[in-house]
Amino acid sequence: MKILVPVKRVVDPYAKVRPLPDGSGIDTTGLKFEINPFDEIAVEEAVRQKEKNPSVEITVVSIGGAECEEQLRKALAIGADRAILLETSTSFDSPGVAGELAELAKELQPDVIMMGKQATDDDCNQAAQMLAAKLDWPQATFAAKVELGSGQATVTRETDSGEETLQLPLPAVITTDLRLNEPRYIALPGIIKARSKPLEKRTAKTSPAPKTRVINLEAPAPRAAGKKVGSVDELVAALKDRGVL
Amino acid sequence: MSKLLLIAFQGHEAEQLAGFAQKLGLAYDLLSLDGQASLDLGAETVYQGTSADVMPADGFAKAIKPLSADYSHIAAVSNMASKDLLARLAGHMDAAMVTDVIEVESPTVFKRPVVAGSIIATVEVLSSPVVLTVRPAGFPKVDRQGTSSTSSFSVEGTALAVRTGSTSRGGSRPDLSQAKVVVSGGRPLKDAATFEQVIGGFADALGGAVGATRAAVDSGIAPNELQVGQTGKIVAPDLYIAAGVSGSTQHMAGIKDSKVIVAINKDPDAPIFESADLGLVADLYVAIPEIRSKIGK
Repeated sequence: MKILVPVKRVVDPYAKVRPLPDGSGIDTTGLKFEINPFDEIAVEEAVRQKEKNPSVEITVVSIGGAECEEQLRKALAIGADRAILLETSTSFDSPGVAGELAELAKELQPDVIMMGKQATDDDCNQAAQMLAAKLDWPQATFAAKVELGSGQATVTRETDSGEETLQLPLPAVITTDLRLNEPRYIALPGIIKARSKPLEKRTAKTSPAPKTRVINLEAPAPRAAGKKVGSVDELVAALKDRGVL
Repeated sequence: MSKLLLIAFQGHEAEQLAGFAQKLGLAYDLLSLDGQASLDLGAETVYQGTSADVMPADGFAKAIKPLSADYSHIAAVSNMASKDLLARLAGHMDAAMVTDVIEVESPTVFKRPVVAGSIIATVEVLSSPVVLTVRPAGFPKVDRQGTSSTSSFSVEGTALAVRTGSTSRGGSRPDLSQAKVVVSGGRPLKDAATFEQVIGGFADALGGAVGATRAAVDSGIAPNELQVGQTGKIVAPDLYIAAGVSGSTQHMAGIKDSKVIVAINKDPDAPIFESADLGLVADLYVAIPEIRSKIGK
């Protein structure tokens, strides 16, 4: 059983971020970069599958510059077996990521591609579904529970109103949501061990023409400042006054 | 030729999408998957399906691709269903995609929130067709006029994935993304039973829906489908009451179009007080029962 886990390097998801004054990008001064938290859940899930079934082989992959090695090493420390960095200096939009990953999937022939439902920087929620379409594999997005069997995955997935269970013939694409697991704390031995795991650097196979382009970033318009009320009576009166009670 | 196809999984989404369609300014048709959409929303043709209970994404995307092929723009309300299905459709069509559109600048330039809603990006679409998911709160309601021609449409085909079960936990409460009143709670609600009793009970008393923060969902206090925020549901009720909610950027991104936001939090420095219309510094376990008794509910 081979699991491929794409991971994206994103700006610290818990930091307060601001656009650059000229709107050309995010001001990353002093900010750390992390594995996209939803991708980290995917890595964790793959490792838990491996703990249940030692025949599972986990490859993590990232598309980007040399700096992405940091996130791949972290994924190796969580428990992935090997990493591939698809080096490029151009920025890939979601269709571009899907195209590049489809090429890799054709070569590696994983049984499962598991990745975060969205990245916390661009919040697109597109790449995995586009990848599944390109490969013509079934998909289960927003996974809350994953069971991998012989030639088949059973996935409980979040829906707008509750959850549903899908049975997918493998190979398949699965995207991970919050409730699937809580990624482990990585202890020092894991970090040291990860340094000796294989990390292969290749040049990205594709250089796709982007289908979308961000032309400006700005801070959202602030909501008009509200006021504090001193008591429940005052609150109830204000709500009645505004006609919402 | 530029033309828009709106896809409404449920009838009420058609009305939400029509405002976006008018803003975009292109002629449009509507695919109403449950066949319940109104015919006076300005669509030229309404394709009427028979069920919103569509097959898994791989089969669905293939089934609607032939119809979609005639359009330059394909749009649906932004939710988990549309993100699952339309991103797959975009992949099959080799289309561009813009998720969570909040403003239209031109038929190829859109605004959308990124990085948990802390930044608004202006995105230019460089290829055609384009698939869009839309947050409808920022678009005006349309004047109802005329009658669309109708055509029946059935989503046919088979999916590789097989749905073997589904549960809906909504119960009798209104849909979160539709509700006029939303009461939501955060981590201080301790456990699922307390959350249901305090937040659920208050919501029921007001005839509203229940929401939750990501922290509450993360810690198992509230089910996932109640999560409000950039990575969860986007709401725009007349009244949003946040109890024990600190007001993270990603949560605020999901509620900013609410008419009146009320914050009840015992921490006077909670960031939510910066954006709430009405803030009450109080213990929610004391304040909520008091509010309920004062309004007789």
